[in-house]
Amino acid sequence: MALWVTFWGTRGSIPVSLDSASIRDKLAHAIVAASGKRLDTQEKARAWVDSELGFAVSHTFGGNSACVQLDGGDAEHVLCDLGSGVRAFGNHVFNRDGPSKPNVFHVFQSHLHWDHIMGFPFFAPAYVPGNRIRIYGCHTNLEEALRRQQDPPSFPVPFDRLGASIEFVTLQPGRSYEVAGWSVTAKLQSHSGDSYGYRFVRDGRIIVYSTDSEHRLDVPDAVEGAATFFADADLVIFDAMYSLADAVSVKEDWGHSSNVVGVELCQLANVKHLVLFHHEPANNDERIAQIWRETLRYEEISRTGEPLRISVAYDGLEIEL
Amino acid sequence: MIDAPQACLTVRGPSRSMHVSQERYGDAMVLTPIGRVDNSTTDGLKSGLDAYVASCRAGGDRLVLDFSKVDYISSVGLRVLMLAAKQIREQGGSIVVAALQPVVREIFEISRFNLVFQCVGSVREALAKVSPTALAAYDSAHGT
Repeated sequence: MALWVTFWGTRGSIPVSLDSASIRDKLAHAIVAASGKRLDTQEKARAWVDSELGFAVSHTFGGNSACVQLDGGDAEHVLCDLGSGVRAFGNHVFNRDGPSKPNVFHVFQSHLHWDHIMGFPFFAPAYVPGNRIRIYGCHTNLEEALRRQQDPPSFPVPFDRLGASIEFVTLQPGRSYEVAGWSVTAKLQSHSGDSYGYRFVRDGRIIVYSTDSEHRLDVPDAVEGAATFFADADLVIFDAMYSLADAVSVKEDWGHSSNVVGVELCQLANVKHLVLFHHEPANNDERIAQIWRETLRYEEISRTGEPLRISVAYDGLEIEL
Repeated sequence: MIDAPQACLTVRGPSRSMHVSQERYGDAMVLTPIGRVDNSTTDGLKSGLDAYVASCRAGGDRLVLDFSKVDYISSVGLRVLMLAAKQIREQGGSIVVAALQPVVREIFEISRFNLVFQCVGSVREALAKVSPTALAAYDSAHGT
């Protein structure tokens, strides 16, 4: 059975959107690149865009905050985090199933910072009686955080008015839980107020979701802990928000990691596929694409074993395992 | 001698020594680490730097890191450089990196350390940046 990972929100800290100037620049770039081509149908134009224009021009990495779906083929849905991307996921479920079909959602919260919970008031299935939502996390104030953001004067609909059945489940880090066909283990990570990574195992395949974590490779215990948690993963979704220079200087102790640390850690842990995630909101598409190219190059430079595949997350990315 | 490639990051590997040669030119020290800077050799790099970082202050020595004999530096090694640079700046001193090999230059650019450190093509160029006295001493020693 194929496993799928779908990225509904990939931006860090705060959602962003393309502005008019960026769209204008992309159009100008495309028009110049297309000069002399005979693109007289939509089909020809789309094919040319897909094959000839770079991703940073033809698409956008997107701007929703963290929300990732793990699909093992079950009827029940599994998500990581309730950032603004969960709104698009909820709409997708509505469009696919219609609003009346009852659904079950299992959500694993890395932590409770606003960018990771802000999508929940806009998650349409939460308003529908018959739906069941189980929210898992290691923070004891999980429920309080989600209720509070819907309290007046922050939001017009109180949490208690949500129609779905909503449960909160407190997890213990280091303990394995069986949820919707996945074996899930949480690990404490370094982040303001703590965050937790999740290691998901199913049918012999391993997915690690490690966002909002400052991995310190100069601390042997931290390296050992992370390497064990990442060990032999088929996919690691990794917080690569900062450059290494920023992460070890002005933004040290801000709770995020870099692409360079992601590569080194995944190489050590024998990971197959690294996905750069939680993009810095100040970075435009061109900059994120540049970081991706540089990360590919750093993997080549530092490689001593099997190649590590590296992708960059964007809203709408689907990865099959 | 350049070490054979090893995993750039280890969990708890044995610490290996790193030779850092020193040369004084006037009021500047030129430190030349030799080999691969990774988790196993970072302590050696740190020891080699620490002895000189304290004296790199306003009115004190200038520091030039000659990277011509470094063929790789990992994130942990870069962090050691960052801590040294931070201390030197707080002390009002100056540090310049010289003669990066092409691959190490790429690592500096990928990690954005090229925005933190002044990187120049040669030791002579670095000395010219930090001290006329040091440059004169270098030229005298090398007959340039």
